[in-house]
Amino acid sequence: MTLTQTPVEISESRPPLSRGALATRVLGLALLAALAVWILYSAVTKPTQFASAVVTGINNGALYALIALGYTLVYGIIELINFSHGDLFMLATIVAAFVIVTVFGVTSLSWWAAVVLLIGLVVTMSFAAGLNVAAERLAYRRLRRAPKLAPLITAVGLSFVYQFVGVTANGSAQKPWDTILGDTGFYIGDVKINWKTIVVIAVTVPLLLAMTWMVANTRQGKAMRATAQDQDAARLMGIDVDRTIAFTFGLGGALAGAAGVLFMQANGLTRWDAGFRLGLIAFTAAVLGGIGNLTGAVLGGFLIGVIENLNNSLGFGQEWGQTVIFTILIVLMVFKPEGILGKPTTEKV
Amino acid sequence: MATSAKEGTRSTMARRMTSLPVLFTVLAVLIFVFYQFVLGRLVQPVQDFFGGWFPLTAVNQCIIWATLAVGLNIVVGYAGLLDLGYVAFWAIGGYVAAWIMSPFFTQWQINIFGTAPPGLEAGIHVNFWLVLPIGAAFCALWGVIIGAPTLRLKSDYLALVTLGFGEIIPEVFRNAGDINGFNLSNGTKGIDPLDPIPTGPFHLLGVPSTLGPFDNTYKFLVYGLLCAFAIFVSLRIRVGRLGRAWLAIREDELAASMMGVPLMRTKLAAYAVGAALGGIGGVAYATLTNGVSPDSFQFANSIILLAMVVLGGMGNVWGVLVGALILEWINSTGLAQFGSTFNNTFGTSVEFSSYNFLIFGSLLIIMMLFRREGLLPEARTRQVLQEPERGEIEAVGADLEGSTV
Repeated sequence: MTLTQTPVEISESRPPLSRGALATRVLGLALLAALAVWILYSAVTKPTQFASAVVTGINNGALYALIALGYTLVYGIIELINFSHGDLFMLATIVAAFVIVTVFGVTSLSWWAAVVLLIGLVVTMSFAAGLNVAAERLAYRRLRRAPKLAPLITAVGLSFVYQFVGVTANGSAQKPWDTILGDTGFYIGDVKINWKTIVVIAVTVPLLLAMTWMVANTRQGKAMRATAQDQDAARLMGIDVDRTIAFTFGLGGALAGAAGVLFMQANGLTRWDAGFRLGLIAFTAAVLGGIGNLTGAVLGGFLIGVIENLNNSLGFGQEWGQTVIFTILIVLMVFKPEGILGKPTTEKV
Repeated sequence: MATSAKEGTRSTMARRMTSLPVLFTVLAVLIFVFYQFVLGRLVQPVQDFFGGWFPLTAVNQCIIWATLAVGLNIVVGYAGLLDLGYVAFWAIGGYVAAWIMSPFFTQWQINIFGTAPPGLEAGIHVNFWLVLPIGAAFCALWGVIIGAPTLRLKSDYLALVTLGFGEIIPEVFRNAGDINGFNLSNGTKGIDPLDPIPTGPFHLLGVPSTLGPFDNTYKFLVYGLLCAFAIFVSLRIRVGRLGRAWLAIREDELAASMMGVPLMRTKLAAYAVGAALGGIGGVAYATLTNGVSPDSFQFANSIILLAMVVLGGMGNVWGVLVGALILEWINSTGLAQFGSTFNNTFGTSVEFSSYNFLIFGSLLIIMMLFRREGLLPEARTRQVLQEPERGEIEAVGADLEGSTV
């Protein structure tokens, strides 16, 4: 499932590999093999820790996947790295906390809590979608024909504005919140699985399936794919390009909103700088899976989540978390910029 | 007509190239003279005004930020490569200074024309004026290391890789307090104090022989000199072969490579020169704050530097300089002073300095939407806009390019 697919790359035949490219490929494969050996080794020597790291990793990975989809959708359609997306997610966590805890006062489990969680999801998703559409309408649309640097810098500026709103609303320290499920869970062997992880998966997977179905099967999805391929041709075919792009922003925003609710409920805190870190991790996930590729973003999200948590408990430790993730990003850019599922493009001059 | 216009611009450019850094130096010296000799003799209210609104530490900070912004301008403004992790070079430069001109590495005792304060002779002490080129070279090396594998990527990927690099470097310094027992960076505590700046022969003229943390007026002269050097370097390279190659790449990469510009080498050069200036700024900043700490190298600094370049006018050194001075002044003193004056006058208690994120963010957005070329756009951009002889088809094409759909 991919948004970007130019006809050029289909007709192109593969040139034979040069010696340099071959060396790069061998080195890349060697790095990958080393990583695999390390993961296998730790799985065999410390199975319990490994399993709980994987469970936490899947929990976080679901959130990364939701955010990564926002990046990949927008990149797929207008080739913009929407830098403010992580901070949109951060605002969503604050809105979620406001709706669920401050307005409804729900801090423990009951049937009413499930209803409120659903309300919180709907409100937060519409808020984030609306905000993202507004940003597109007010800023990015005007810059669609500008040099590429312009929308990117605008996105950076927007992320600063969002962070300002976050600091004003949430304070400069992180705020703890009571969550519906707390730390309750059940055990499989020695591995604890939190109920909140189950909820995160239960919300994420249907959302991902619904979105994939929508892009693949509906008229709107077809319009999105057409716009991603060629805006002018899509316009000639009677597609409202502006509306389609706005819709894509809305969709990405809604997914970030859902991620915001889940993050707030899973971690029980909101902080103004959460968006920066998670946004970058999610972007790495999107690149890992192949940017512009929806399945790839989900896969990348889960992979990054698992790798991050393996590093936290078995690798270098949490204080090196960012270094590990960004090293992955840089190594990936060097060896395989198109990602796991992406197709190499001819544009990398 | 066309040729004479061209020659005209070339000669004005050449004149500008030498005259403007000189002008800048003269201005810096005048400001120095004002603070050193004049200000103390003025009446108290005037002294208070300058002490509140233009304290020398803030002026020094402004001038170092300006040096860094001029360095970033080479990467972003000249070569058109978006660098979101410039703070990494700043950090590397700062730590190089902290390593080789402080008593930090007590296990070694090396002194190369150093100015170790009495009692702190252990560690590596290298003369400040030697540390500058060492820091610059070290940063340039890192610029090449990070640039070589990533510069063939598309611009927006490059932005993200540089951003990742800018996040990794401070984290490395934060965590490298104990690498198998070896203390590389002293962890979150950072490294201080640094050696004072030696003045060499000038102490015969009455200047103190070393400039410690409190000799702000003389230090201003040192930093002003470094900034003038950065300006001179960027103007000088700008008109040369390399500078024209950068502009060509910025405007059309494909066309530039068809004309025989070696893309990788040219981009790497931009990266290395930008990084070297960042290193110089880093060394200077470390001596200003008399120490380094990993928490001062935030991502926000990269963005503020970018805002300076964008506000002033990408590619135009003078625009960037003005942008940097204004923004850093607002950031360090202007906003806080304005806030306290406002609150005193109207009896309010608005926390103005908390608004700087909003100010910088909206500044970037508004500039991109309404005045993409910056406050003082580069002459070249203006020239292109005012170009009289343009083919009809070209004009139509340009109009189409500019229109929003």
